[in-house]
Amino acid sequence: MNKPTSKSTTPSTQTSLLVRGYEVVIGFETHAQLLTNSKIFSRAFTHFGAMPNTQACAVDLALPGALPVMNKRAVECAIRLGLALGSHVAHRSIFARKNYFYPDLPKGYQISQFEIPVVQGGEVSFLVGTQPKTVRLVRAHLEEDAGKSLHEDFVGMSGIDLNRAGTPLLEIVTEPDMRSSQEAVAYAKELHKIVTWIHVCDGNMQEGSFRCDANVSVRKPGAELGTRREIKNLNSFKFMQQAIDYEVLWQIEQLEDGNAIEQATVLFDPETGETRSMRTKEDAADYRYFPDPDLPPLVIAPEWIEEVRGSMPELPRAMVERFVSSYGLPEYDASTVTQSPQMASYFEATVKECGQAKLASNWIMGELSRKLNEDNTDIAHCPVSSHQLAELITNIAKGEISNNSGKVLLDALWSDPNAKISALIEIKGLKQVNDSGALEKLIDDVLAANADNVAQFKAGKEKAFNALIGQAMKASKGQANPQQLTELLKKKLS
Amino acid sequence: MSEIHHLSVAELSLALRNKELGAVEVATHFLKRVESDKLGSFLSHDPEITLKQAKASQERINQNQSGTLEGVPIAHKDVFVTKDFPSTAGSKMLEGYRSSFDATVVNKFALAGCVSLGKLNCDEFAMGSSNENSAYGPALNPWDSQKVPGGSSGGSAAAVSARLTPAATGTDTGGSIRQPASFCGITGIKPTYGRASRYGMIAYASSLDQAGPMAKDAMDCALLLGAMCGPDLDRDSTSLDIPAEDFTKNLGQSIKGLKIGLPKEFFGEGLDPQVKNALEGAKSVLTGLGAEFVSISLPKTELSIPVYYIIAPAEASSNLSRFDGVRYGHRAKEYSDLMEMYKKSRAEGFGAEVKKRIMTGAYVLSHGYYDAYYLQAQKIRRMIAEDFKIAFSQCDLIMGPVAPSTAWGLGEKTADPLSSYLADIFTLPASLAGLPAMSVPCGMSATPKPLPIGMQLIGNYVQESKLLNVAHQYQLQTDWHKMNPGESAGLTGGSK
Repeated sequence: MNKPTSKSTTPSTQTSLLVRGYEVVIGFETHAQLLTNSKIFSRAFTHFGAMPNTQACAVDLALPGALPVMNKRAVECAIRLGLALGSHVAHRSIFARKNYFYPDLPKGYQISQFEIPVVQGGEVSFLVGTQPKTVRLVRAHLEEDAGKSLHEDFVGMSGIDLNRAGTPLLEIVTEPDMRSSQEAVAYAKELHKIVTWIHVCDGNMQEGSFRCDANVSVRKPGAELGTRREIKNLNSFKFMQQAIDYEVLWQIEQLEDGNAIEQATVLFDPETGETRSMRTKEDAADYRYFPDPDLPPLVIAPEWIEEVRGSMPELPRAMVERFVSSYGLPEYDASTVTQSPQMASYFEATVKECGQAKLASNWIMGELSRKLNEDNTDIAHCPVSSHQLAELITNIAKGEISNNSGKVLLDALWSDPNAKISALIEIKGLKQVNDSGALEKLIDDVLAANADNVAQFKAGKEKAFNALIGQAMKASKGQANPQQLTELLKKKLS
Repeated sequence: MSEIHHLSVAELSLALRNKELGAVEVATHFLKRVESDKLGSFLSHDPEITLKQAKASQERINQNQSGTLEGVPIAHKDVFVTKDFPSTAGSKMLEGYRSSFDATVVNKFALAGCVSLGKLNCDEFAMGSSNENSAYGPALNPWDSQKVPGGSSGGSAAAVSARLTPAATGTDTGGSIRQPASFCGITGIKPTYGRASRYGMIAYASSLDQAGPMAKDAMDCALLLGAMCGPDLDRDSTSLDIPAEDFTKNLGQSIKGLKIGLPKEFFGEGLDPQVKNALEGAKSVLTGLGAEFVSISLPKTELSIPVYYIIAPAEASSNLSRFDGVRYGHRAKEYSDLMEMYKKSRAEGFGAEVKKRIMTGAYVLSHGYYDAYYLQAQKIRRMIAEDFKIAFSQCDLIMGPVAPSTAWGLGEKTADPLSSYLADIFTLPASLAGLPAMSVPCGMSATPKPLPIGMQLIGNYVQESKLLNVAHQYQLQTDWHKMNPGESAGLTGGSK
């Protein structure tokens, strides 16, 4: 589906991305399973993990006389994706039949869109590290998934599970715009974020809800596009990177050895870390595409598009811009706290209460994320509420507690989310000592007990000052306000 | 009252409603005739099921809960899937196949109160015009058992003509209702594409397949059509969103001043003089009723043959891919791998004509040929519809022959399939345009045994009631539709 144009029209590429003098060219085809209750052309359910063949009706089984009827919700998902990616949502698109025989394809053809897809053009923009990158989309089209062949469970036979047959998919196809495995993975992560953000796909890669195929080729800079090989079914970001890296080196070695690359479909084996060819172009079937006479053209009225537009959430890119302009967040922070709608709304709720955007992003990106990772969970299941975090940040901002005490407080809240912050500060003695009288007394004691340090300082040794600060801090059990302490000590010694 | 089997659907319906006849009595009468069928028109029947339905129907009559066709027997072409009877589409591929659901059309007749007599023979997957392509042997023409009944709804036409059933369903892809109706001397109508749901019709060519009723006369067809039409948007995406109508309500209208177009391409060379004469006679009758005739042109008529024989096989090649021996239907006994299972199952399960069309269809869709064949055919198909659009600006409906000849002999065209394809020339244009068209008996040939001749009426989109009224007005003046092949026709030992 992803036909690289003979002449690359990609924006200029950085020479620093070359691998052994070769430029890497990558295009993506992603299958996103749509969040619908029922199948794309039937009323059978699409829940994952049901007993084999319990979610397949007459249409999915391709019984004689059964006919497909379009699921409106699947079309709505296509409209949402088109709107999110700045694509053209076609007023009229066509369903076609892709004909081939396989036991898990009950009709002997897959209903897909061929010549006129529902979503046309568009782009995905994201950061690779700190570098902005834009990948252009060719199209996204609606199609049905096939069933599954189960070869392991039956001796000398194969089982067929048609629960997945007819599950709605959007196949999202890019231009060959990516120039490294890092860019490819960053693109896939961004697309994954968008489809889950706009609620068209649950993004579960292990269950196959979000599957990527990467078309990879290499060429000398400025040369025509090389012959591509398609790596199928990359179902984790880690494998994606490994597979592309292996494939790129393999292709370069072939070319260096004087061999030509043969167009092929390959599979990545996570066990060996290698890609291997499944079929070459010679084996390619003639799918005899033609418009499906059972389905009239899909017509989407402008009013429908507007209705869907009205129900769209704020998109991550727009949110980043807003966080930068209205909260003054650095671009990096804004991108990080908009990783998911849950994180973004947690962040916004925190800021609304405490008014400290930068402190909020620091805490969410730092300590909070670290603890969530440790617990192997995500922000939607965070034991500490945004309200609690806001209170914690407010205490720090007011100088009531130190940053380090904040961490202690967060730990305490983590294990006892019902605890009151004010009570915890009291019980744990986290309150910062801001009383200058108490501090002066403390400093006098320290100076008296460390006469040698005082003498050294007076002799011009700056280091002795730090030693005195350390002693004073120790004496306050870490609760002295460091700024205040420094000022008072300087005064005493001058 | 005449014998039960000579009663029309309208007459039977009234007699049942008035309790002059009982539903079980009527069903028993027809079952007896079905069981002595020697025409091969039925593929399956089951007295137990039929009588059970008849009893339930009588219950409804007794409780004044009658449907519009309460107690009237009907039989269905075997391409409609049914829970109560096997559904084979005339193919060995589906021998003994039982559907888990009823076709919408079958269901609608059941809701109207009809009692099902069983399933009717047809060309395999509705591919053919002689019923000789059935895997279960041909149906025979009741007027002359050496002749074909036409096809693909040959069993339906033969059974109605021989009075084995008062009504039958048929399907028409390129003439499969009209041509057998013409060959057997009955009335049949193919409504506008999308009028009747295709859900549960085993698909041959999806963009052309359309169900319709076959019965003794236009009044019966109007009654039956009213029961089977209507939107089925949740099951068939090509179903028209037009409510079912009472097609009998306009049957009393005068046709004075009605403009009937005669396409010059329908009256050229190759038309049997006896057919031509019969049409002349029909023209006089209609002129007598006040209709006016105008000459029109459908210039792409000849092209409809290659266009149809590209589009229909293309769709069929894909529609029939589901018959792979994996989930249901015939599977070869022995095979060494998946590919061999496919090949052997399909080679054994499909008949010669079906294989021919699958191969033709796969060819015209294949890479490098698609543009020259399939795409070109679609373009010409649109031009054919345009021709009709122009024609209907000059006339209210179109009249012509259904077929160039009367029924041909069994085996006569099997060696020369092209000649039977050519015989579809007058029915294909309306199919390709999706227009309603019907066949009305209008004469009998003289030699050697008399055989029926049908005239074709083609209407503009959704103007079935206009067509049916013209046919009805014509039938009020003529007796061709009342002629029947005789008491003994089609029945074993049936001579009085």
